[in-house]
Amino acid sequence: MFTQTVTRRGRRYALLELLAGPHGVDRFTELVDPTWTRGEARARIVAVRHTTPRSVTLTLEPNRAFSGFRAGQHINLSVEIDGRRRTRPYSPASAETDRYIELTVGRHDGGLVSNFLFERARAGMVVGLDSVGGDFTLPGSPVDQILFISGGSGITPVMSMLRTLRVQRYAGEIVFIHYARSAEEACYRAELADIAGVLPNVTVLQGYSAASAGSDLKGRFGAEHLAAAGFRRTSSLPAGRTTPKSQAVYVCGPPSLTEAVRQHCPNAITESFVPPVFDLAAESSGGRVTFANSGVEVTDDGRPLLDQAEAAGLTPESGCRMGICFSCTRRKTGGAVRNVITGAVSSAEEEDVQICVSAPVGDVALSL
Amino acid sequence: MTITTPVQAATPQAATPERAKTLEKMVGGRKVTLTPERADAFGRELDELKERIIADLGDRDATYIRRMIKAQRGLEVGGRALLFGGIFPPFWLAGTALLGLSKIIDNMEIGHNVMHGQYDWMGDPAISSSAFEWDTACPADQWRHSHNYMHHTYTNIVGLDRDVGYGILRMSEDQKWRPYFLGNPVYAFLLMVLFQYGVALHELEADRIRDGEISLSDKREILQGIWRKAKRQTLKDYVAFPLLAGPCAPWVFTGNLTANLMRNVWSYMIIFCGHFPEDVQEFSIEEIKAESRGQWYFRQVLGSANLTGLSPRRSARPESAKLFHILSGNLSFQIEHHLFPDIPAHRHAEISTEVRDICNRYGVPYNTGPLPRQFATVVRKIVTLALPWT
Repeated sequence: MFTQTVTRRGRRYALLELLAGPHGVDRFTELVDPTWTRGEARARIVAVRHTTPRSVTLTLEPNRAFSGFRAGQHINLSVEIDGRRRTRPYSPASAETDRYIELTVGRHDGGLVSNFLFERARAGMVVGLDSVGGDFTLPGSPVDQILFISGGSGITPVMSMLRTLRVQRYAGEIVFIHYARSAEEACYRAELADIAGVLPNVTVLQGYSAASAGSDLKGRFGAEHLAAAGFRRTSSLPAGRTTPKSQAVYVCGPPSLTEAVRQHCPNAITESFVPPVFDLAAESSGGRVTFANSGVEVTDDGRPLLDQAEAAGLTPESGCRMGICFSCTRRKTGGAVRNVITGAVSSAEEEDVQICVSAPVGDVALSL
Repeated sequence: MTITTPVQAATPQAATPERAKTLEKMVGGRKVTLTPERADAFGRELDELKERIIADLGDRDATYIRRMIKAQRGLEVGGRALLFGGIFPPFWLAGTALLGLSKIIDNMEIGHNVMHGQYDWMGDPAISSSAFEWDTACPADQWRHSHNYMHHTYTNIVGLDRDVGYGILRMSEDQKWRPYFLGNPVYAFLLMVLFQYGVALHELEADRIRDGEISLSDKREILQGIWRKAKRQTLKDYVAFPLLAGPCAPWVFTGNLTANLMRNVWSYMIIFCGHFPEDVQEFSIEEIKAESRGQWYFRQVLGSANLTGLSPRRSARPESAKLFHILSGNLSFQIEHHLFPDIPAHRHAEISTEVRDICNRYGVPYNTGPLPRQFATVVRKIVTLALPWT
């Protein structure tokens, strides 16, 4: 009965696809409402709040094509700025069970997308949810104790974990340490205080590095912060205990913080939000060029990707070899390239490039 | 899909082993010459113009193409809906006209231009050259090879550019006359009414199969691609929509047939006016050896012709001219399109004055005229070249 309905629906959809061909049903329905797409996950912004001076919190209502995420993972969010689609990974702060996705985006200087969202995001705007990824996720088997440490806008994935654990009525012990420049700039300060007040198994400590008023912790992360949180490494068992508690440590923030935590907790699971830096000056960058579909990797010799692919024994489709015919266009999945005709350097995001006139700038991954 | 290149000719940007030469062409009884130095300067000016436009691309272009897509989809839905009531003549006429316009805009201003990569900078997968499919029998990937690569790189080079006669017509005196070509006007007429299938079979290179240069089995993948696409298009227009209309099936069927015919005739006229009017030049493989970028631009201008509009007089009203340019996919600016095939075509109108001025300063003739006049010279050429003494 159920399978019958499914096949009937499938058949009806196949007929619709034929009738809407060659463009497809989505290309018609999206003109009525941009979130009416079956094949592409998109979301409508339903609320925009500026809770700190340097961040914006967006509430998104995803369409039915969105297949969800696990707490701690990131979503590749795309927006269109001056006609160009820009994609950036953001970790939601909402519980994985929530119907709405909450993103808190910290603006950083020169950040194209973060500043766009900070200044221009409005309720009603539609954004793309391109893909979900990341293995910064909660432990597969239950643990007795979880320590979360975050810095700045790195709070979002661990906030998602905390909220998810709360929904799951997690009974173990949780310690949550967050670092910000000041109380004013600390995201989710009030909510964290509320949670700590309501749930006896959750301890929250805030460390403010620039303006220390209201700070629970002094200075940068160190052993004394762990002690203040009442968090003991399992190696130093309290007297009388025979079995160590199982622990998990999650840290998300700038590289200096993740390094510092690793020194004390070598098993910590870490995630850093640092935009990749490229050396744009070099002619032959010496980077790794990965032709992902063929499983071939070469060292960049400075020539256009098409020449390097052919030198590696691959035979990608190509045509004019001068950037006019677009026969050789391929998806670049990572890294930046330089257009050898105009000298323009692309950004690091996923995009289609003409490989006959694109030379790598550092490491590049290509779907070829 | 792997695509084989029939002839490995010197690519335009190849290094110049032999000494660069001065180009000479007789255009309309006037000798046009361009020294290598002048060609370089000519190329530099056009390159600068192109860079200026590329730096300016943004919201305006994104909004333009999205509006065009929205209009086309609206025309399609409206046209097909009206045809369901096609038993009433006004509904049939209006529905057919809207659907015909939808197909024309889909193929000309959207499909052709998107597949040139004119909007690839937007990063929108729905408007990207590698993913776009259009509402015609020709599969998009094959078109990108035969058109974007072969035709745009080797424009008007007899023997390389398959658009010179499409393998069935005699469009240049450099093609040797055979008794077969007595039927030139008949083949041209058939190609016009069946244009979408002519375009679909382009990549098959049937003439080379006939001449025994390649065999049918070399083209198996190509044939499969054509079959897949043409089958779905046929099912959609001639089976699924008529059946859905129940008792109105005959009117939906004839409406769809007429809309396809409208698109076929219109796109044939526009495309033939791009490269075959009087005074448009052809080139030999010998002439393009070691061609510089400036010389490549020179060949693109001499090998293309623009259209001013439907009115036989030059002074068309600006609004009607704008509609004409949209329906022609801005191929009415064939010269600008061939110089800069990846610049969004709606920009051609605004750069045409500057292109024309550059051409004037270098003494490069800029061929333009109203559609009726240009098409008349094309028809004359088709008929004349059927005769053995031409």
